[in-house]
Amino acid sequence: MTDMLSENETQAHTDLFSKFDPLIEMRQGLLSTGVTDPFGLVMEKVISPTVALCNGRETILLGTYNYMGMTFDPDVIAAGKQALDDFGAGTTGSRVLNGTYAGHKAVEEALCDFYGMKHAMVFSTGYQANLGIISTIAGKGDYIVLDIDSHASIWDGCKMGDAEVVPFKHNDIEAMEKRLRRIPEGAGKLVVLEGVYSMLGDIAPLKEMIAVAKKYGAMVLVDEAHSMGFIGPNGRGVAEDQGCLDDVDFVIGTFSKSVGTVGGFCVSNHSKFEIMRLVCRPYVFTASLPPSVVATAATSVRKLMHAADKRAHLWENSKVLHKGLTDAGFQLGTEEPQSAIIAVIMPDLERGAMMWEALLHEGLYVNLARPPATPANMTLLRCSLCAEHSAEQVQQIIGMFTRAGKTAGILG
Amino acid sequence: MTMDRAETSARIAALIEPFNKKGVEIADATRFTDDLEFDSLTVMDFVAAIEDEFDIIISMNQQAEIENYGQLVDAVVKLNG
Repeated sequence: MTDMLSENETQAHTDLFSKFDPLIEMRQGLLSTGVTDPFGLVMEKVISPTVALCNGRETILLGTYNYMGMTFDPDVIAAGKQALDDFGAGTTGSRVLNGTYAGHKAVEEALCDFYGMKHAMVFSTGYQANLGIISTIAGKGDYIVLDIDSHASIWDGCKMGDAEVVPFKHNDIEAMEKRLRRIPEGAGKLVVLEGVYSMLGDIAPLKEMIAVAKKYGAMVLVDEAHSMGFIGPNGRGVAEDQGCLDDVDFVIGTFSKSVGTVGGFCVSNHSKFEIMRLVCRPYVFTASLPPSVVATAATSVRKLMHAADKRAHLWENSKVLHKGLTDAGFQLGTEEPQSAIIAVIMPDLERGAMMWEALLHEGLYVNLARPPATPANMTLLRCSLCAEHSAEQVQQIIGMFTRAGKTAGILG
Repeated sequence: MTMDRAETSARIAALIEPFNKKGVEIADATRFTDDLEFDSLTVMDFVAAIEDEFDIIISMNQQAEIENYGQLVDAVVKLNG
């Protein structure tokens, strides 16, 4: 061990943070123009599912995933308060040890009823649901075939597992089929799709894609995070809407969007599904959701089963906003409204940030989305509508966009 | 069906052309990210073009091991062998 450093010598220090320098510089460049930090917004008070106080200004919320406006539903809130009183603030344990209370079983039953499926497994977040299920079911020698525009949680699930990962061009059925055809015979195959892709708000041709996947003997997982509660006759998502939910092996969803709280889940009819509770590490090695959260989720999920009127109003909002913004001269992510997300395409990050700030001054909050979250290096202002936005608010929003678009030089 | 390295290299060189916007000279040591400045979208389209040409899959796990042109040719020869 003669080459060991002597006690008095130290090696040159490499700052592990130097890899972030390009991003730090880009951020400083943007903020030095005087624009408000788009990733540092604080809501001082939340008045309703659609209105909050931001920087002392009453602001219409058009950038939350509160699609069905359940966050302030009186029944949901009452259930949460009751559970706090009856079961305490938290479980302090894993689902497989001391972290399963009556409420956790009740919300899983609510999910089985909501989807008409035999099994439901609740995770602490939607991110963990994708991470856990994908990394656990696809192992060494198996193949995951997935859309290139998949959410970060899907990619991270792929990265955490040992399967071969094969992406295909967004929503391209032929590209997906070619890859499935080339997989060696006998290998396990998992096709991963999303109902609604959250950046542009476009939907997948699930019926055709799932038929192809089944032809090649693949199992199919569909993330319906952005469609649950809203799309489909019973709010089960895009697969239900297109009549192919029976062919989906695993539906992944979340409580943090239409359900209005936090948590994630997987529902399935697979006969061996329950073994997941013992082998899925992001399920086992983390604390379970607090009793108040599962109580609010169960109440909300059950109410969403009977929310046809709200679904109809949300579709109306989406159509009116899409037409209004198109008529005003904005370039949108989809030609027709396909979901509750309407993405407004910005020419670049700088003008996107200017437009975002101009909207905030108008009293409107939207999401500024930029690469790497967005496809094709786009900068987007993402609007997500709520069933609780009134028709008047939608008209107000169109007016705000039009004025801000002129201020920021996006509209002529 | 086996194909020699030179033939594979020639076919890949032809496929690179539309993606080689700056007309960088291609040699075994040419790196995709640093020399050809491929971003993730270009990589996807380029990989798809090669996969279609040779009717193979180059998974992302395999792509992670390929940094330069020579490594790509070797990988395709092996996958096609």
